[in-house]
Amino acid sequence: MFRLLNFLYYYRAFLTFLSLEFFCAWLWIGNSRYQNTRFFNSANRVVAAILGFSELTREYFGLIEVNRELAEENATLRTLVEQLTLREEGILVATDTLVRFEFVSARVINNTVSQFKNHLTINRGTDMGLAPGMAVVSGAGAVGKVKSVSEHFAVVTSLLNTDEQVSSVLKRTGNFGTAQWDGVDPRTVNLLYIPRHVQPQRGDSVVTSGYNAVFPEGVLVGLVSEVELKEEAQFYVIRVELAQDFRRLAWVQVIRSQLRPELDSLEQTTFGERK
Amino acid sequence: MNREAIGQAISFVLYLLGQVILFRQLILFNTAFCFVYVAFILMLPIETNPLALMLFAFFLGFFVDVFYDSLGLHALSLVLVAYLRNYWLASITPQGGYDSGQGPTLAVNGIQWFVVYTLPLVFVHHGVLFFTEAGGFGIFWFTLSKVMTSLVYTMTIILFLQYFNFRRRR
Repeated sequence: MFRLLNFLYYYRAFLTFLSLEFFCAWLWIGNSRYQNTRFFNSANRVVAAILGFSELTREYFGLIEVNRELAEENATLRTLVEQLTLREEGILVATDTLVRFEFVSARVINNTVSQFKNHLTINRGTDMGLAPGMAVVSGAGAVGKVKSVSEHFAVVTSLLNTDEQVSSVLKRTGNFGTAQWDGVDPRTVNLLYIPRHVQPQRGDSVVTSGYNAVFPEGVLVGLVSEVELKEEAQFYVIRVELAQDFRRLAWVQVIRSQLRPELDSLEQTTFGERK
Repeated sequence: MNREAIGQAISFVLYLLGQVILFRQLILFNTAFCFVYVAFILMLPIETNPLALMLFAFFLGFFVDVFYDSLGLHALSLVLVAYLRNYWLASITPQGGYDSGQGPTLAVNGIQWFVVYTLPLVFVHHGVLFFTEAGGFGIFWFTLSKVMTSLVYTMTIILFLQYFNFRRRR
């Protein structure tokens, strides 16, 4: 016993080192894998306040750009409203399709694009009905999904996160693939698993598929910018230029799907727990 | 609490806030990061207990992680630096040894010694940090370029801060 204690004492620095490192590694692995409502992230009130302060400086200098984008989005939305009012006069629309999705507008108070696993923090939380797993979009296209929420803030896993995969579809040909970032260029992601019999072209639009558990069908991810087919490769190498420039993200919308719980419980009874 | 401990507590808070408010935003060319908070661990007095050193490193890294949404990553890299620091200090002891009560600073030991002391440790920190974040060696060259550009950037800022301190104390 004494010798054991002696041993522990003698190697105390090394043992402390090992246990701290194991603890950190455990935190890190858990952090990148699970959606959660943990306390220790940028949705924490104090942290979010400090981040918001530091973001203010950056935002101030980006105001012109943000204003322009908001004005453009306003214009698009107004046209949409016009079209919808015209349509509603003539046709009876089933009520369930009308309330299928609800949008919560949120301001981005923290955003990174240069790490391998990027996140953003937004200024809406459980008080606006946000929950982990909800889709986040901007006026231009898909942005990410909610990872953790606190009362007034939420952390969003950005599309620019090497762990994030989004089931997408090549709109013109209807082929399904997976959009995933490779960690290098914040302007483009890869579209994986498009088989070689398909003929994708530059400029084809890539949208989210209905198979996606997070995004509604048809949210724009980006446009195909590069197509490459290696000899004897099963799949294309396709680069997709993101519709949303993540370096200039200021406002986003969180999508609350009204029918999501119903879909989930149906799938759960059929296939078992979703992993 | 003596004066020295209070000074260290203040510098802990300053490095943390400086990192998360200022340097978190200052990313150059999309690849170069400045992780100046490493300097807090490097600048602690030479006779600091290794256990205390690792605990400081853990907490500093942990708080930085909370702001970067990368729980565990910065803590892991910084604890490693804290563990290696004293061994490295022992192996590069200048002739005549260290003066007791002095920090391993540029003002005391000179620029050449200072770079030999800090550069490898900052390199280890950045290397571990970026390759852990990338999840392995999958995109090796890009990750390495991130490590090297960040190394230059961080070292520049650390040296700048050292000169600034040096001039103020004279």
